[in-house]
Amino acid sequence: MSDISLRGPVEWSSETAVARRKSRYAADRRLQFYGIAAITTAIGLLGLLIVSLASTGYLAFVQTKVTLDFPIRAEWVKAEDPAAGNYRNVVRQALLDIFPEVTTPPDQRKLGEIITNNAQFMVRDAVLANPSVIGGTLTLTVPSSDPFDQLNKGAISRDVPENQRRVTDQQIAWFDRLVEQDRVAAPFNWELVTNADSRFPELAGLAGAITGSFYALLVCFVLSFPIGIAAAIYLEEFAPKNRWTDLIEVNINNLAAVPSIVFGLLGLAVFLNFFGLPRSAPLVGGMVLALMTLPTMIIVTRASLKAVPPSIREAALGMGASKHQVIMHHVLPLALPGILTGTIIGLAQALGETAPLLLIGMNAFITSPPGGLLEASTALPTQIFIWADSPERGFVSRTSAAILVLLGFLIVMNGIAVFLRQRLERTW
Amino acid sequence: MATVAELPRETQTFKTVRTPDAAPRPVKVKGEDVKVFYGAKQALFGVSIDIPDRAVTAFIGPSGCGKSTFLRCINRMNDTIAGARVEGKITLDNRDIYDPDLDVVELRARVGMVFQKPNPFPKSIFDNVAYGPKIHGLAKSKADLEEIVSSSLQKASLWNEVKDRLQEPGTGLSGGQQQRLCIARAIAVSPDVILMDEPCSALDPIATAKVEELIDELRANYTIIIVTHSMQQAARVSQRTAFFHLGVLVEEGPTDHIFTNPIEKRTQDYITGRFG
Repeated sequence: MSDISLRGPVEWSSETAVARRKSRYAADRRLQFYGIAAITTAIGLLGLLIVSLASTGYLAFVQTKVTLDFPIRAEWVKAEDPAAGNYRNVVRQALLDIFPEVTTPPDQRKLGEIITNNAQFMVRDAVLANPSVIGGTLTLTVPSSDPFDQLNKGAISRDVPENQRRVTDQQIAWFDRLVEQDRVAAPFNWELVTNADSRFPELAGLAGAITGSFYALLVCFVLSFPIGIAAAIYLEEFAPKNRWTDLIEVNINNLAAVPSIVFGLLGLAVFLNFFGLPRSAPLVGGMVLALMTLPTMIIVTRASLKAVPPSIREAALGMGASKHQVIMHHVLPLALPGILTGTIIGLAQALGETAPLLLIGMNAFITSPPGGLLEASTALPTQIFIWADSPERGFVSRTSAAILVLLGFLIVMNGIAVFLRQRLERTW
Repeated sequence: MATVAELPRETQTFKTVRTPDAAPRPVKVKGEDVKVFYGAKQALFGVSIDIPDRAVTAFIGPSGCGKSTFLRCINRMNDTIAGARVEGKITLDNRDIYDPDLDVVELRARVGMVFQKPNPFPKSIFDNVAYGPKIHGLAKSKADLEEIVSSSLQKASLWNEVKDRLQEPGTGLSGGQQQRLCIARAIAVSPDVILMDEPCSALDPIATAKVEELIDELRANYTIIIVTHSMQQAARVSQRTAFFHLGVLVEEGPTDHIFTNPIEKRTQDYITGRFG
């Protein structure tokens, strides 16, 4: 042991030592700066996205509406069969009552363009609900048509030359007269969530898409939650560790990385063509989304089961609990917060998934919410896809608004996941 | 000539030095040539031991000597480790516990276990103790169950500390209280044997003293086998001591004999602190 020579004392305050420490602190600060820069960039980009969506989408949250007095003359609407009445005349007359100077048919048609094309049906429905107005006057608020909605919101500029905008100077003059008479208002657009899709932007809403997404997610949850948990429990707690289970594990991990459109093709080939399930149905959409969510569910559940401390298993086994009792009484309850969080995040992912739904036809034009799992429907992301493809000015803001609604649902779901995790998590 | 130490350990047979009790007790657990393998690695090399009824037997030895491995064979907890294999014979009341006909759930009810780290279930104190009786159907009524819980907590000297907060989580107790809760949980199913795997290693000295006191009281009714790293603890609580080294049971005998007059040199070296 005598050949080990001690080295001299270290000069901690020497110039090189001080310089070394200084450069170490600088490196610390640099690392911190990179982190802050990364977070700022991420938040900045997210903020930019939200701002750009909100700045176009906010227009869709209000809707320009016109209040008119509709003369329900008995010659047009028969009391014995009000459904078959000539409501087109009623609507035209309501406008002519305000603008008696408009006499030529082309001008009258131009005048009629101010309010929505479907005004006649709205009046009909109001009359059917209250037949006592036949012979009298019905005061009803109907949406203006999309160009005048945009004009009112300032999205169509009056400074643009007449031939470059969708509304003529004459029409603007008429519209301004309506404004002067206090007949125009822009209340909150509840129809955005109570109406289903329509060809006319002023009438289009998300009710069908929301219902379709709800049904599809319900199917997705009912299928993927029990199957995912059962598969994960088997793989984690029962399966022997051999080449076959390794193979299964690798395949599950690979399935989680398969592009979602492939699941859509599978759904098209198997569910629609082979099993003959109806096209565009939320049932099929949910089944395809379940296929896509299943690998995620299995992986998350296995991770949660693995995270349960072995001491709890040992304690239960040492008490003479059977495997089933260990899992059901101890492991699963402790893993549940993690499983639920994973499930909700998986469902949120499924909610935003578009590609597989396009392939099974959930991007059809459907004007009423689905009444059941087998009725044709759209979903939120496919509705956004449809609207983004539509040329009318009003659909631009409605697309943004629909994205905001979808993001709202995602935020709510993630919020529930966070809440559940904090609420159910137990310490040991 | 090759010395014993140069031969592969797997091919050797090892002798155990035994000193019988002055007044022999009936045998509760008997191990005959027990060998344990973890995959290709052999952890125990033919352990044979008689463990007396209603007494405390301590297993001592340096880390990795196989004392915990042998302990976990007695309630077949090694079954849960993938690749573990047990050879030889272990009997409880003359019944082979590795007999394929034997129900492992029943065995674990008869052989309770207390672990190194207190591991109460994340449930209430009451539910912790009531769990065993519930799954084995030992309580006929709710009152019966309450009676089992209170008597188990009393036997574990925990009743006075927790009787007013039975519905609070067991994980909220102090470390020593948690370990006594685990002992109460183990005795709630009226086992014959209680295995304790270093039950005090995570406890402070005061909690340790309480648990040791409890072990001393419990030996009147139960066969207790305790693995410990503390020689003082083995000397304080046990009647017989078994010294393990490198997977071999080197020496076993009455505790005072092992600590005052060991026969094997390795035992002597270990208890005098020359290795370990």
